[in-house]
This record gives sequence, C-alpha cells and structure tokens, in this order.
Amino acid sequence: MKKNWWKVLTVLLLLYVAVAGLLVPVPRLAILNESIRNLYFHVPMWFGMTAILIASVYYSVRYLHTPTAGFDIKAHEAARTGILMGCVGLATGSIWARYTWGAWWTNDPKLNGAAVAMLIYGAYLVLRSSFTDEQQRARVSSIYNIFAFAVAMPLFYILPRLTDSLHPGAGGNPAFAKYDLDSDMRLVFYPAVIGWTLLAFWVAQLATRISVLKLKLYEKQLA
Amino acid sequence: MQKDFRLEWRQRAALNGMLLYVSSTVFVCYLSFSLRGGQLPAPAWNALFWIVLLFSAVNAVAKGFLQESRGRMLYYYTVVRPQAVILAKIAYNALLLLGLALVAFALYAVVLGNPVQNVPLFVGNVVLGAVGFAGTLTLVAGIAAKATNSSTLMAVLGFPLMVPMLLLLIKVSKNALDGLEFEASQNSLLTLVALNLIVGAVSYLLFPFLWRS
Repeated sequence: MKKNWWKVLTVLLLLYVAVAGLLVPVPRLAILNESIRNLYFHVPMWFGMTAILIASVYYSVRYLHTPTAGFDIKAHEAARTGILMGCVGLATGSIWARYTWGAWWTNDPKLNGAAVAMLIYGAYLVLRSSFTDEQQRARVSSIYNIFAFAVAMPLFYILPRLTDSLHPGAGGNPAFAKYDLDSDMRLVFYPAVIGWTLLAFWVAQLATRISVLKLKLYEKQLA
Repeated sequence: MQKDFRLEWRQRAALNGMLLYVSSTVFVCYLSFSLRGGQLPAPAWNALFWIVLLFSAVNAVAKGFLQESRGRMLYYYTVVRPQAVILAKIAYNALLLLGLALVAFALYAVVLGNPVQNVPLFVGNVVLGAVGFAGTLTLVAGIAAKATNSSTLMAVLGFPLMVPMLLLLIKVSKNALDGLEFEASQNSLLTLVALNLIVGAVSYLLFPFLWRS
C-alpha cells in the first residue's frame, strides 16, 4: 500500500477534476464560453503524453546502455500509452473544435503537428512489427524512438509558436494569460495536469506488467 | 574519413539512375500541367517542387544502405569508427541530394517557368533542405535496412519525420518566391539550422548502436 500512494492520489485528483472541472464557475470569455472547461481535459492530455514519451525515451536510452528485455518492454508500453494519450487529446480537441470553431478539423499548425506526431509514433509500431529477431527489434526500435522524439518535439513546441494558431492564447484569441489571472481555474488545472499524467504512468505500468506476464507465459510454453 | 568518402563516391552507379528519375518526374509534372496550357500558380509550383525533391531524396538515400553488401559492411567495421561512416554517408548523401535538387531546380525552371524572385534565398534554402533530408534519411535508411520489408518501411518512417523540416522549407521557399526580405524568413531559417544540427547530432550518437547489431 505504501508504494501505491500515487495511485490513490491519481484517483482522488481525477475525481476532483471531474467534479470541480464541471461545476466550479469559469470566467466568461468571448468565443470560448463554457467550452473553456475543456482546458481541464484536453490540455493535460498533451502534458501527459509528453511526460510518458520522455519516460519512453529514457527507457530506450537505458536499453541501449544495458540491453535487457525489461527496458525494451517499458519503452514500448510507454510509447503506446503516449499514442493513446495523443489520440484522446486529438479526440477531445476535435469535439471541442466542432462546437467552438464550427469544424471537426481545421488547418491549424497545432492540429497538423499533433497528427504528424501520431504518424511518427505509428511508424514506431510498424517498425516493431517488422522484425522477427527480438534483440534486433529492441535495439533498432529504441534507436528509432530516440530519433523520433528528437524530431517530433520541435513539431509540438517550436513550430506552432512560429505561426499563428486558432488556439486560445495565440493570434489574438482569448489567451492563457487571462486564465492565469483566474486563480479558480488554476486550482483545477494544475491538479488536472498532475492527475492525467499520473494516470498515463499507471496505464503504462499495467500494460508493462501484462507484457511481462505474456513473455513469461510464452517462455514457459517453450520450456 | 576522407577515404571513406571516396569509397562512397566510388559506388555512384545509382547516380545516373537518380538523375534520370528526377528528370522524368519533372517532365511528367510538366506534361500533366501543360494540358491546362498555362503557367502554374506560385504555391502549386512550390508544393510540386518539394514533393519531387522529397520523393527523389527518399529513393536516392534508400539506395545507399540497401545496396550495401554484408561483406563490405564487415570490412568497414574493421577499418573505421562507426561515427566516421555515418558522417561520410550524411556528407555524401547531402552532396548527392544537393546535386539532384539543383538539377531538378534547373530543369523545373526551364520547363515550368521560374517564378522565384529571390534566387539566393531559394538556393540557400535548397542547400539547407538537402543537408536536412540527408541527415534524417541516412539514419532512417540504416534502420530500414535492418528490417524485412525495407522499402515500404523507408517511406513509412521517413515521411512523417521529414514533415517538420518540410513545413519550414516550404514556408521559406514561399517567401523566396514572393521576393520577401531576408528578415521575413530569418526565424524559420534559424530553426531549420537548429533542426539540422539536432538531427545530425542524434544520428552521430545513435549510429554506433545501430551498427553493432
């Protein structure tokens, strides 16, 4: 139980976010109105995705340093969780965009960047599936994972800042700075970021355990 | 390092094939647009140019690793450090792509017209693009060569990875087409240089691991 305190924290934080995120009053801003509440669900997805992808790269580096199957499984499951977070982020963003901008998809640099990043990580999964030798698969996919991260992160954090975006806070739209002034929203937003990030790690941990169990079962069958 | 570069240069059999590939692609573009009988609008010209370059780059670089025989790899392995191999390959590919890109640009300008108003900026942009493509694709080709269905994988891995670079390149070349001041594209150019450096450094660090297997 002592080791699992963060899971309790995750549940409490997300319960709090779900309740407070939907009930606590929010400031009235033009265009955004009530849909501003998506800040508690959509934005933390990207924080969580970045955190879990950093963890994935960390395990890939560890794998290249000391090749053991454990690190490879962790890196793989973390990357898969990152893809899941990204897809949920795209979905929540898309639904939000439908009601706020009036279209499911717009030609916005952030949207395109996110979609391409999903393609990059989709290629990671394709790459993994095209090897038969396990050690070679682990090594080559760790290399690709590190490379992909180095290329994909500018896509997320540098390119959208070079151009105007429809997103709140850019191109003269109601801005993040305005939310920051509102301490009520901050009280929900920061716990939301922590909660969703922890949830990502929890999912990755469970997926890793399942993979390890499957590997053990497979080895037992072989023996 | 120099010796390695010469080794790369010696097996340039693919070069003529690539030149022909680029010329025929450009010609196909020309023919398919001449049906409408008129000048291409500048944005379409730009997009088409970079797509031609993208495809010829993927094809050109893929050859480098896929045609490498097992024995020669083993020979390199005993003679030089892996870092030297990757640097030589990137340098060779960059030069190759640069040559291809300039030939493509020349042909393209001849048959489809040349709407570029700021030629030095455009050529500088093409140089950065060639170096960036070479840096990204060389490592991807190395990765793809290890897998079973290499040629599909090359496209699947390479295209998304090149998108950030491609977006910046297209933006800068749009500026060059419109003849904007250098200041207008300074930021994007700096980001491109930084991206090239990141890609080069990561390839340099990762390639030894890839090679050992």
